[in-house]
Amino acid sequence: MKEQTKLLLIAGVFLAVYYIPWSHPVIRQSGLEAFMMLQEYARQHVLVCLIPAFFIAGAISVFVSQASVLKYFGSQANKILSYSVASVSGTILAVCSCTVLPLFAGIYSRGAGIGPATAFLYSGPAINVLAITLTAKILGWQLGLARAVGAIVFAIITGLLMAAIFRKDDAAKNKGQIYLPDEENKGRSLLQDALYIFTMVLILIFAAFARPAQGSTGLWPAIFAAKWYITFALLIALVWMLKAWFTRDERKSWVESTWGFMKQIFPLLAGGVLVAGFMLGRPGHSALIPEHYIQTLLGGNSIWANLFASIAGALMYFATLTEVPILQGLLGAGMGKGPALALLLAGPALSLPNMLVIGSVMGIKKTAVFCSIIIILSTIAGMLFGFIAG
Amino acid sequence: MDIKILGPGCPKCKQAEQIVKEVVAESGVEAQVEKVTDLMEIAGYGVFGTPAVIVNGKVKSVGRIPKKEEIKTWIME
Repeated sequence: MKEQTKLLLIAGVFLAVYYIPWSHPVIRQSGLEAFMMLQEYARQHVLVCLIPAFFIAGAISVFVSQASVLKYFGSQANKILSYSVASVSGTILAVCSCTVLPLFAGIYSRGAGIGPATAFLYSGPAINVLAITLTAKILGWQLGLARAVGAIVFAIITGLLMAAIFRKDDAAKNKGQIYLPDEENKGRSLLQDALYIFTMVLILIFAAFARPAQGSTGLWPAIFAAKWYITFALLIALVWMLKAWFTRDERKSWVESTWGFMKQIFPLLAGGVLVAGFMLGRPGHSALIPEHYIQTLLGGNSIWANLFASIAGALMYFATLTEVPILQGLLGAGMGKGPALALLLAGPALSLPNMLVIGSVMGIKKTAVFCSIIIILSTIAGMLFGFIAG
Repeated sequence: MDIKILGPGCPKCKQAEQIVKEVVAESGVEAQVEKVTDLMEIAGYGVFGTPAVIVNGKVKSVGRIPKKEEIKTWIME
């Protein structure tokens, strides 16, 4: 950061602190809401949902071989395979947003071309394990599922459309040699790796198992009553696997990469929750932005509400996972479910700063087409979801 | 000798840069260590993963932080 920017930043904070009418009831209420929402996250989501999800993300980034996935992005790769792999590989490759852009540039200019590259770029941020878990936990499994399915389907459609529109241009790409990440030798079979990650996913599911509705009978209340026993048994299984199958160094790098994600994402998420709480408040509580504004702009399921949500989502920058508390606030203030999905589908993949980077890789024209496709598709998906979920 | 570290600025890329600089300083080899953050330039090397280390134009490691001993053998060649 330049010294000049630092000075401007400090001056800006000073002026805000100096002039904001802190004693005004609305501001007081908003400030209180910000911390109430932060506490709600700390009490309900951090221990049972976020921490296990971070360990899973850490395990995926350390133990899942990237080379085995990346070979489907070479220029010689089978087209159908590269599209399918591109649309789902975000789960494995995009746990850190900083790996998405270089990989996108590589696939675009040296590998399988513009179609798979844009498919990967779109689906990556939306279907990583942290984003899906948090969306499902906080905004409900319907939105979580719709988000995952929407992201995968749209990734393929967007990629195919881009490839069809810019067909000629793709043929002129230089086909140089490509280098995949080095494959590291390890003493485990694929099955062991899969079991290990699957056990952690189960721990996440049972630890975060929601209390069933009052008066319901059958399987769900039974699982709920036993959830801590199941979680504990799974934890013992996990510890056994760690001891039997992994070396000391591997366990260490797993913990290190998990810690890396936590360091990177927790402060951003806490900041996002505070901002969302201050602006929008928890569901059922009002804060700085009056609810009728949200209801007029984003309520219901009209084409305008959906389009507005898509465009706003495409332009706004959401730091990793912060889209979830912001949407929680918006939904609580009267946003429709359709527009919420539209925002989720257009949001994390696109932002103004992101567009500039993408533009520098594939040019303004293609970037504009890419963004328009995403905005249109998100609007349509929002309307469909709003119609179904009401 | 010309060493390039390719990476847009994630924590792992910084660690890779640091460890390469350490090894160069320890071994006393005359080498220029340069960090490349431009996406198109990174893609130009054909690497599908960062951080990547390039020594005298040759791709040495991709998608991981290299170990000290490895770096030593690269710069002693």
